[in-house]
Amino acid sequence: MSAVAAVARALPIPAGAGLARALIERNARAFRHGWITLVSGVFEPIFYLFSLGVGLGALIGDVDAGGGRMVEYAAYVAPAMMAAAAMNGAVFDSTFNLFFKLKYAKLYDSVLATPLGPRDVAVGEIGWALLRGLLYSTTFLVVAAAAGVVHSWWSLLALPAASLIGLAFAAVGMSVTTYLRSWQDFDYIQLALLPMFLFSATFYPLSTYDESIRWIVQATPLYHGVAMIRDLMLGDVAWGILAHVAYLAVMGVVGLLFAAHRIERLLLR
Amino acid sequence: MISAHRLTKRFGGFTAVDSIDVEVRRGEAFGFLGPNGAGKSSTMRMIGCVSPPSDGSLRILGLDPARDGPAIRARLGVVPQRDTLDEELTVRENILVYGRYFGLSRAHVRAKADELLEFAQLTDRADSVVEPLSGGMKRRLTIARSLVNDPELLLLDEPTTGLDPQARHVLWDRLFRLKRSGVTLVLTTHYMDEAEQLCDRLVVMDGGRIVAEGSPRELIALHATREVLELRFAADDHAPYAAKLTDLAQRVEVLPDRLLLYTDDGDATAAAVQRRGLAPLSVLARRSTLEDVFLHLTGRTLVD
Repeated sequence: MSAVAAVARALPIPAGAGLARALIERNARAFRHGWITLVSGVFEPIFYLFSLGVGLGALIGDVDAGGGRMVEYAAYVAPAMMAAAAMNGAVFDSTFNLFFKLKYAKLYDSVLATPLGPRDVAVGEIGWALLRGLLYSTTFLVVAAAAGVVHSWWSLLALPAASLIGLAFAAVGMSVTTYLRSWQDFDYIQLALLPMFLFSATFYPLSTYDESIRWIVQATPLYHGVAMIRDLMLGDVAWGILAHVAYLAVMGVVGLLFAAHRIERLLLR
Repeated sequence: MISAHRLTKRFGGFTAVDSIDVEVRRGEAFGFLGPNGAGKSSTMRMIGCVSPPSDGSLRILGLDPARDGPAIRARLGVVPQRDTLDEELTVRENILVYGRYFGLSRAHVRAKADELLEFAQLTDRADSVVEPLSGGMKRRLTIARSLVNDPELLLLDEPTTGLDPQARHVLWDRLFRLKRSGVTLVLTTHYMDEAEQLCDRLVVMDGGRIVAEGSPRELIALHATREVLELRFAADDHAPYAAKLTDLAQRVEVLPDRLLLYTDDGDATAAAVQRRGLAPLSVLARRSTLEDVFLHLTGRTLVD
């Protein structure tokens, strides 16, 4: 234990008491009084699946899922909806909800007076966002399977994959939130999210883009999330998927440490 | 319990706490008195291990806040100036969840919550949400919550500011009981009656420095006379009257609406004033209070 503490002091990792679970428990209790927010998170990707995948998909027919393999459009777009929902859920939790707790409810002022430290706050809040996200992605996967657009047992790995997307976006979202001054600033977040949602090879293959601009798409995190989950749900798994995993894992860990550092800077002055 | 030496807190170029020395002993009630902006809250935040000192040394419960912050905070109770209750939870849940932040078991915090709700006279509001509670109730809940870990040291930042007189007396009573049970209390206040009621020892802070230190009695003896005679005359300017009375008291202070004569025997001085043929509209002889000390030390100018 003291060796761990010594290492933690040597590294630029903000302090914590390993009690992040207490904050998760707090959020779960608060959630019981406001469960309605759960419903919107569950239905958002399902609505997209039926509107775009099933509805619009009837006009589109089959699409090339890469390597000349043809799949129906709903099966092609379902993984993208799952990835995008993981992103949206994580961002919503780590921006709007966090901003409220930080600036108005002053929740962390009282939390940090206990043994909990800034690292516990970051881990606890992001952990909670992931738990919620897991609930959403599980319901989505069940509905997608029932609709007959899930074709591979690899799809089960889409659940932890969606959590990884959640981690990456929640961690960065939390970091960004510590810089926001007012509710108006949230428009900047929307400005970043919407084009990512629309253009990250979500609704059509990357090959649609001209060679010269593909790298821009490939640089964005949602592209990697969509590609990763699509590979899994279509059962198209190769070693290349680890590049997506690595991208999102690095984004998540760096984001989390930075978020904890920012909480420390803001509240422990 | 607390040992601070040349403790300093700077925010950029502004020095909020300027090289103060403080010793707090186990079991006592210790007060930080001072006007707004004197550095009381900054000092409390450093003691609460949520604000690193800029300079000087600080030991709390024999430990160093920079190294052992979580271990120290585990043994502290903190009542912040502004209630930071969790409005998304009920009254009982506020105590339960707060206890879990200390890593206490669910069974333990459940039992503790019942006991603390009783202590704070909130048992019948246990399942209410926090928002509709009165100011006094919220304050009592904040204090109840801060006791969930059975702290050895309780930090109270302006515990009764904004409360009505009844609520203040209830709170004082609760704090007395805590002190009797052996909890060390450290509080800030700008209410003199509160300091006289609660504190065994106190320091007066002004502009980030300690300007006086001692028990309430000692401070009054040192910085004020035993009694104060207040005289009000039918005049807009009281200064000319002061000139005629300086030899009757140890110190005469001119206020816009009255004169204060610092003396050891108020009635005798009042008689002497009458003998000079001066006829004040009103005469009041009273004992000196900590307020006289406070105003003498920190001045009457409004600070914000």
